[in-house]
Amino acid sequence: MTNPLVSVRDLRIGATTDAGRKVEIIKGVSFDIEPGEIVALIGESGSGKTTIALSLMGHTRTGCRIDGGNIRLGTSEITAMSERARASVRGTEVSYVPQSAAAAFNPSKRIMEQVIEIAAIHELMPRAEAEKKAVELFRALALPDAEHIGQRYPHQVSGGQLQRLSAAMALIGDPKLVIFDEPTTALDVTTQIEVLRAFKSVMQKGGMAGVYVSHDLAVVAQIADRIIVLRGGEIQEVGSAEQILRAPQHPYTKQLLAAFEPVPHQPVDQPVQAAKPTPVLEVFDLCAGYGPMRDGVPLAKILKNVNFKLERGRNLGVIGESGSGKSTLARAIAGILPAYRGAVMVDGKELKPDLQNRSKDDLQRMQMVFQLADTALNPAHSIGSILARPLTFYEGLRGKAREARVIELLDMVHLPAALRHRLPGELSGGQKQRVNLARALAASPELILCDEITSALDTVVAAAILELLKELQRELGLSYMFISHDLSTVEAICDDVLVMYKGEVVEALPAARMSSEATHPYSRLLISSVPQLDTGWLSGLEQDPELVAQFANR
Amino acid sequence: MPQSLTPWFLVIQRLGIALLTLVIVSFAVFFATELLPGDVAEILLGQAATPEAVAGLREAMGLNEPALSRFVGWLVGLLGGDLGTSYVNKMEVVELISGRLGNSLKLAGVTTLVSVPIALALGIGAAMWRGSLFDRIVSVLTISVISVPEFMVATLAVLIFAVWLGWLPALSYGADVSSLSAMLKAYAMPVITLSFVVSAQMIRMTRAAVIETINTPYVEMALLKGASRKRMVLGHALPNALGPIANAVALSLSYLVGGVIIVETIFNYPGVAKLMVDAVSTRDLPLIQSCAMIFCVSYLSLITLADMIAILSNPRLRR
Amino acid sequence: MMAEVTTTTAKDTPKRKGPGYRFNWVGKIGLAIILFWAVVAVVGPWLAPHPPGEIVDWDYFGPVTKDFWMGTDYLGRDIFSRILMGARYTVGIALAAVTLACTLGVILGMVAAVAGGWFDMILSRLLDAFNGIPSLLFGLVVVAAVGSSIPVLVLTLAAIYMPGAYRFARALAVNVNTMDFVTVARARGEGTPYLILREIFPNILGPVLADLGLRFVFIVLVLSGLSFLGLGVQPPNADWGALVRENIEGLSLGAPAVIFPSVAIASLTISVNMFIDNLPTKIRDRSE
Repeated sequence: MTNPLVSVRDLRIGATTDAGRKVEIIKGVSFDIEPGEIVALIGESGSGKTTIALSLMGHTRTGCRIDGGNIRLGTSEITAMSERARASVRGTEVSYVPQSAAAAFNPSKRIMEQVIEIAAIHELMPRAEAEKKAVELFRALALPDAEHIGQRYPHQVSGGQLQRLSAAMALIGDPKLVIFDEPTTALDVTTQIEVLRAFKSVMQKGGMAGVYVSHDLAVVAQIADRIIVLRGGEIQEVGSAEQILRAPQHPYTKQLLAAFEPVPHQPVDQPVQAAKPTPVLEVFDLCAGYGPMRDGVPLAKILKNVNFKLERGRNLGVIGESGSGKSTLARAIAGILPAYRGAVMVDGKELKPDLQNRSKDDLQRMQMVFQLADTALNPAHSIGSILARPLTFYEGLRGKAREARVIELLDMVHLPAALRHRLPGELSGGQKQRVNLARALAASPELILCDEITSALDTVVAAAILELLKELQRELGLSYMFISHDLSTVEAICDDVLVMYKGEVVEALPAARMSSEATHPYSRLLISSVPQLDTGWLSGLEQDPELVAQFANR
Repeated sequence: MPQSLTPWFLVIQRLGIALLTLVIVSFAVFFATELLPGDVAEILLGQAATPEAVAGLREAMGLNEPALSRFVGWLVGLLGGDLGTSYVNKMEVVELISGRLGNSLKLAGVTTLVSVPIALALGIGAAMWRGSLFDRIVSVLTISVISVPEFMVATLAVLIFAVWLGWLPALSYGADVSSLSAMLKAYAMPVITLSFVVSAQMIRMTRAAVIETINTPYVEMALLKGASRKRMVLGHALPNALGPIANAVALSLSYLVGGVIIVETIFNYPGVAKLMVDAVSTRDLPLIQSCAMIFCVSYLSLITLADMIAILSNPRLRR
Repeated sequence: MMAEVTTTTAKDTPKRKGPGYRFNWVGKIGLAIILFWAVVAVVGPWLAPHPPGEIVDWDYFGPVTKDFWMGTDYLGRDIFSRILMGARYTVGIALAAVTLACTLGVILGMVAAVAGGWFDMILSRLLDAFNGIPSLLFGLVVVAAVGSSIPVLVLTLAAIYMPGAYRFARALAVNVNTMDFVTVARARGEGTPYLILREIFPNILGPVLADLGLRFVFIVLVLSGLSFLGLGVQPPNADWGALVRENIEGLSLGAPAVIFPSVAIASLTISVNMFIDNLPTKIRDRSE
């Protein structure tokens, strides 16, 4: 057997926290990469996957350092090199495709300049030759207008294109190993497909080895030969992509897979109330937008004539890509962004468009939960006072009664009562989102608007939040409007789904039969673009190129 | 195309704001000096003046007109180059100032020429070798200079260069300026002092601007392409820091306005600032107003320039 | 889900650190010097070994001796006693001015950030225009107009630095105002006073205090500058800047009378800077 291209032995990386405490973030990791093989590092946030990937280039972020073990790349010992020697390897032997190409391109230089910079730094070839090679790479990556795209500035091309351009930047020096650091995480699903395809084909043609860092098993399944599952800086399981997906051994891998395919939603049985069929939320011809008003119409119109109805005890999902107006819809319903036309009815009563004119009672019935628990909880207040405020505000609770209710709320979201003395900064992401939810429950609402509340969470934690939502619904008879870009999340909790595109609802579908009943071309494109846990999904996927050209923001 | 219009629109907007500011500032200067004090006529005639004499002078000076119309008259006069007549020595203010303005501008100009290159080199250097001994020495020095009053910097400079080393005269004017070396000596003390004051700000702001761009993902990307430290800073960070740096330079130069007041007084340098400080002690209002306007205009133009540089250097707005 | 809940309870044990912010030694030295001068400003006159206003030595610009720890001034008054007395003027006036400037600036800044619209625009434009006047110059003009007294100095200095405090607080408050927790409170139906006091203020307090410190330094510098020009605290009283002015003639003699007041100013301003530069980043975190 030939020597592996990369071998990592007992790698240990330490970090110094802001408080000056030293912690070990990578705890003795060992693995090999064969020439031409693509290995995925998969794990949740804090698993150390990016840290390991960067260490293969001899680089650690500020505050981190390699404490032990060794990394060999080809014939050179990365860990034993000087900084200058490491610089000579970067770009030529091993190169890097960043998570956010938009941030990794220098805004003041032309794209071509940056793509061929590796050739200039290491004096690999004359400029003209490098530019020619870059254009070939642009073509291989299926970039439009390959001849001239290099003359533009980074802000003049789309996110998906920029991500592919960053791959060209990494490949220009013919490296033996390319590191992909979550390169499609920031992209919309319809864009992601094209980028993944481009990556896959250039890697296959070039016969290069790769390290693909991701948290998304379905994406990794399309491109990786082998998968390494990481957690807390340690390897949990290593296996071929097929084996990890079909026959996981380690309990943590099983948990990850289980979280990926949530239990399908069972509609809650409603006590038959024939007498009162008023829907909990009804929206007529809702229009909203931003910017200065002209003749009662804002400059940037986002929502266009949205209509829907949400029956009591049922859940409505709203799906769409970035810019589809799904968050704006939630804000307009909640009154945060007053709608300029149309009506919102809760329990059959029409609400005023703006917050100031809605009564306390109106506001109490409908609560909104935000995506980022970090910014939704005031860092200066304790959890107890965050939960206590709506109790005082809506119901005038004080003292012992309020305290008891706070504890009860914490218990509802499965958090210990002692947590009420902590500040939000001391909680984990999942805990914060639970508190966020508990605050909404404190108002005893009938309807909760959930704006991407699981998107920023790790899969396992997100799955637990979804379970909690279902449980609360059974106990309290709530209705949810659930906004998400992630179809499987919506599938797991909703009865009905609205598909949004550019501020309009293009189709309303039953959640359980989304893929079979979708008729609108955009819904079909969106649904078919969601990666499946199947290694052959991407190669087998066929999409109508005309449809793609019409709807995807590439 | 609207995109190409945006930066120029912003620049014009900034100019409009500057003009508006100038009007408000002139309003403030006029009313602070004109309305707050007891009575100009009484001040001029002294305590022994009879009420009739005061009334006569008020009439003659047009002080009985409404304040607003006097303000407009004053402003129109300013625009036409009529700065009024000094109360104290009855000379035209224009004459008093014109002789001095050149001196102040010379001082400011030489200071700029000396301090900008030094400050930029030190600021960029400190950012490039952040955390090194060099960086720490520069940081301690700049923070010390910023923390002490300008007159202390001047005092120290006199102690070191004039008293201990005996290289330079402590006072600048009155000394002969016939030969080049004598002139250099005469300018040296004020320029050294002002340069210290202005550079300290500039170094700190330049360093901060460069460090901010060094901490961006695209500079990390350059590192991962194998770029040297020099290339990372000079090739990637600096072009993006140019706007903030130019901004820092313009803003720091506006400190000249404050510094020059102290420095001209301490070194007895015959510039506009010295003229103004003297005018304050004699309560010569027309002179104070005119000097104040000169300083405000120069200060405002530097700040506006800084703003416009910041706008035009934004690569997203540039075509 | 069970896994997450169990880790929650396990994490419950480490005790809360509370607001115990840690300073490094440079910051501690800075704080010690600041506190020292604060105490002197209060009890200075009782500590003075000689009456600060009386001529106690026949020699002028006397050297440092056992009786006169920092020498004597141009009239033969004890410099040490005069510095202790001067601390009251320098620290007192600067503190009063900075408190006034920051209180007003921060309140207006937060209101403008939350209210937005016309109120915000007009106030911001107006105060920006005011910022277009160089500080020392403004002081000169006002003193020329109304003469110098301690209330005038406090108000003038406060007026000079209020727009800056406003701008700083407004920028911070605008940032906090866009945070989701403020939106949540607004969606709950809370009024503007609650938003400002409970949601925004606690989150800008740290940076605002750091900014207050820096502004204090600037005020000390401008006050000293004015006094140095003879336009600040008037004789027979003297702050530190005035002490330098009185004794500037002694400079060529290298008299301690001119050096020690300068050292006093520098020790105060540098220590405030040292303290603020070494605040934990959590507090300092400034947007500028």
